[in-house]
Amino acid sequence: MEGPLALLVGCFFAASVYLMLSDSLIRILIGVVVLSNAVNLLIFVAGRIVKEVPPIIPLGAQIPPIETANPLPQALILTAIVISFSFFAFLLVLVFRTYQALGTDKTDEMHLAEPQGEPIPPRGY
Amino acid sequence: MSTVIFRAIAPYLTALMVLFSIFVLLRGHNNPGGGFIGGLIAASAFAIYGIAYGVPPVRRAMRFHPMQLAAFGLVLAALAGVPSLLVSVPYLTGLWTYPTLFGVELALSTPLVFDIGVYCVVVGTISSIALSLEERER
Amino acid sequence: MPSEQFDWTFAAMAAPFLAALIAPFAKRVLGANAGWLLALAPAAMFLHFLTLLVPVADGQVLTNGLSWAPQFGVEFSYRLDGLSLLFALLISGIGALIVVYSGAYLKGHEHQGRFFSFILLFMGAMLGLVLADDLITLFIYWELTSITSFLLIGFDHAREASRRAALQALVVTAGGGLCLLAGFLMMIGLLGVGSMSEAIALGESFAADPLYLPILILILLGAFTKSAQFPFHSWLANAMEAPTPVSAYLHSATMVKAGVYLLLRVHPFMGGTEAWTTILPVFGGVTLMAGTFLALRQTDLKLILAYTTIASLGLLVMLAGTSVDTAILGALTYLLAHSLFKGGLFMVAGTVDHEAGSRDIRHLGGLARVMPVTFLAALVCAWSMGGLFVTLGFFAKEAMYDGLLQAGASGQILLAVAVLGNGLMFAAAFAVALIPFIGARPQALAKAHEGPVGLWLGPVLLAIAGVTGIVFASWTQNSLIAPTLMAVAGAEPPMKLSYGIYFNEVLALSAGTWLLGIAAFLALRPLRGAIAGLLSAIGWGPDRGFDQLVSALTNLSAAITRFIQNGDLMRYMTVTFAAFALALLLPLFLFGEWPSWPAAFHLAYYEWAVAGLAVIGLIAVVVARNRLIAIVSLGIQGFAVALIFMLFGAPDLSFTQFMVETLSVVILALVMTRLRLTPSDQRGTLKRTKDATLALACGVGTAALLLAVTGLPFDDRVSEFFAQYSLTIAHGRNIVNVIIVDFRGLDTLGEIGVVLIAGLAVLALLRFPAPWRRRDEDDPYDNTHKEQA
Repeated sequence: MEGPLALLVGCFFAASVYLMLSDSLIRILIGVVVLSNAVNLLIFVAGRIVKEVPPIIPLGAQIPPIETANPLPQALILTAIVISFSFFAFLLVLVFRTYQALGTDKTDEMHLAEPQGEPIPPRGY
Repeated sequence: MSTVIFRAIAPYLTALMVLFSIFVLLRGHNNPGGGFIGGLIAASAFAIYGIAYGVPPVRRAMRFHPMQLAAFGLVLAALAGVPSLLVSVPYLTGLWTYPTLFGVELALSTPLVFDIGVYCVVVGTISSIALSLEERER
Repeated sequence: MPSEQFDWTFAAMAAPFLAALIAPFAKRVLGANAGWLLALAPAAMFLHFLTLLVPVADGQVLTNGLSWAPQFGVEFSYRLDGLSLLFALLISGIGALIVVYSGAYLKGHEHQGRFFSFILLFMGAMLGLVLADDLITLFIYWELTSITSFLLIGFDHAREASRRAALQALVVTAGGGLCLLAGFLMMIGLLGVGSMSEAIALGESFAADPLYLPILILILLGAFTKSAQFPFHSWLANAMEAPTPVSAYLHSATMVKAGVYLLLRVHPFMGGTEAWTTILPVFGGVTLMAGTFLALRQTDLKLILAYTTIASLGLLVMLAGTSVDTAILGALTYLLAHSLFKGGLFMVAGTVDHEAGSRDIRHLGGLARVMPVTFLAALVCAWSMGGLFVTLGFFAKEAMYDGLLQAGASGQILLAVAVLGNGLMFAAAFAVALIPFIGARPQALAKAHEGPVGLWLGPVLLAIAGVTGIVFASWTQNSLIAPTLMAVAGAEPPMKLSYGIYFNEVLALSAGTWLLGIAAFLALRPLRGAIAGLLSAIGWGPDRGFDQLVSALTNLSAAITRFIQNGDLMRYMTVTFAAFALALLLPLFLFGEWPSWPAAFHLAYYEWAVAGLAVIGLIAVVVARNRLIAIVSLGIQGFAVALIFMLFGAPDLSFTQFMVETLSVVILALVMTRLRLTPSDQRGTLKRTKDATLALACGVGTAALLLAVTGLPFDDRVSEFFAQYSLTIAHGRNIVNVIIVDFRGLDTLGEIGVVLIAGLAVLALLRFPAPWRRRDEDDPYDNTHKEQA
């Protein structure tokens, strides 16, 4: 059952890595979004797959009467989705402001933090 | 984005979504739902209203800055764990009480308070982000 | 000593640290006179250790310990035998004089309080070092002395030379300390020996262990760096950048002796072997020769003394290396005598510098008339250093020659080295004690005068001690030397300490030493020139080597930084993902865990449809040439994920994912419309192929890992726990929600904190205008925007 989904997760990873290797900030940003989906799916599939039975205890029962989907990865992923969205928003605004300040979205044109031809540190004591 | 139809239905849509979000929040403990989902629905509602009518009306309607709501939520969630300290169990252990109000038994609990805190944080933060980005568009 | 009783030795070990704590306040209240008050702490310690002389002389070994880290077998324990006690007396006794001296020497210095603190801290560290029994305790004190000496040498931190000297001392001695730690850890971990007492109890069987040699070498590295043996000697000469009280205390009487102390301490169980009697005399002898020759080349009083200290340390190491009882007796007596006369001479040098304004013997002279007390003290100290009659130095020299005569064939060479070294040190001693005081007084020194009592008290007392030590020879022998020799070599003194003169071959050697010394003293000026010429012919020394090492390190780190952090984000990403792919794929191949291709694809048609939708969305995102298509296809793959969650029993996730994807698309659209972007990526074909290969490797790796993991049986204990107790304990039917708000509530609290912080960061980025946001103006930071300027 997990087999096809595992291959799908592989596709998600491949796509996100390809996007993140780009030199354009926007493509990197999109790659990050795809990567967070990829990781969420990875956790989901690694917790094993059960079809269509949500982890909810029906009325009148004390414990789930039949096998349900694994609740633990779901709890982890649920918070992860919201956090990755917050950070997506942060990255997006960061890209936006960087573009405004530097006038480019190409990473190889940005050398503010690591200027090229930096002088050698002093030799004294 | 601000077509006539959209502007016409936006207030109703928003009100409905906010109500629905509270419903989702409160049923979350026994059915699908909870603070995170509810918060996202409410934040989307404000975002839609902002797109339809512009940000200032939304801000007026919310009365507080969204981040104030978020901060309130975080404090609320943190305080939800304090009562368990008073009865000498570990921080954030769930405590339950079942008072009867007008003949209806209510299930009140510290996890509910905690979930409301989560809801407030998510509503506040996400709508703050969405609204400030919409503001820049104009 | 019974442990229920209050142990004053622990109090003595704590006293310097407490005094260091109050020193700055004492300085603020009392000014320079604080020295007199603060000296009470070491003086009281000195008295306490004096009372212990009697039991120790009776052959007792006092030990006591506090539990420190019992799970590692580490104790805070001390061991007081003759050797520790001798050092403790020197440290506290000379320490008291030094504190008084620095009160007068640094009078009016803005940081005098800090100086008092440092020197008292050092005193505490040094005292702990010589008293410590537990190896870890000893190591910690050892490194504490390195650190406090770093602070003291760099006391005058505004000068580059000071900073360099401090750094060099720290690098050399703390580096040696790390070797020492390695040796100690081998002793603890592999031999199960946790303290000096246990090792001494093992005795000579210790040396039979196959690990003996590596342990010995590591311990010797620690001792040689600390005691400035060649080729690690240059830090000691540079340490003369420190104020003179520091040189007098650390770099003659105490810290540099720590290495010698360690050698003597381990002698009972490590000494006497072939390795010991080979390595130690060679390094000691070379150090002795190098030290004396370099001393004669100097004209600065402190530097002359510093190099003779190096030479003396070499002499001590050489003598300890013979493992002959008489030679060790000589070494111990010399150690005592050296601490007294060298500490005194350093203080004299400081006094001359303080009152006459120069330390250069070429510019000094005729001070005897104006500084008679200092002159007398200097002369007596030099008398002892030269090994002339009725001093401790004299007896030390006799004993060491006698011992070397017994040391067999190699002893003859060592004897020649010792005679030559002692002769040259004789010349150096009188160069310091005579040249500044005799002859005509230069005009520049017209205003020189005797120093205050604080400046001459120390040298005078030390000079007197050097003489009285031999006048009351039997007391010195019974109380100090004999117990120490017992602790080091396990033997009674083979000869009696006395000021008597016996006419034998040893006296002839002494006479030869003096004649050599007098000749060298008279020929000082040409000798100095000759040595200077020789040194400039060699042109390289360990000191310059240190500079080269430091700048090589700087170059290397700059080169590495430039290589690794070249500012190319694509390269960082490539390296990161290459490592990621390798970490995924390599173990699968190496350990034969490669999963088999999934046997069956049990998916319903609608599930296939959703998976297909996701793949289409992904492909569309990757190839999108226009931003609208990119946004829409990003949404498609996101909704496909939401559908997958829905189909496989995760409605909560599904709703959340739907909402998040909607909001993502909305805000992405809001921002993207404001960016003027180049439509698609402009990577070359080669780069694209490389990136695609890497991306494929990552994808295949993840898929394979996931297949391998899901092929294993599932451990569902944690999930089962939540399912079992969700309703019964936490009163919730939605297990996912119960986990979030109840079982893992603290986790969630942290997570909503993160969400809130991300929101604040967005707000901050948007609300405040960037300070460098002025593209039209001449902006020094904006070196990337070159178009249409």
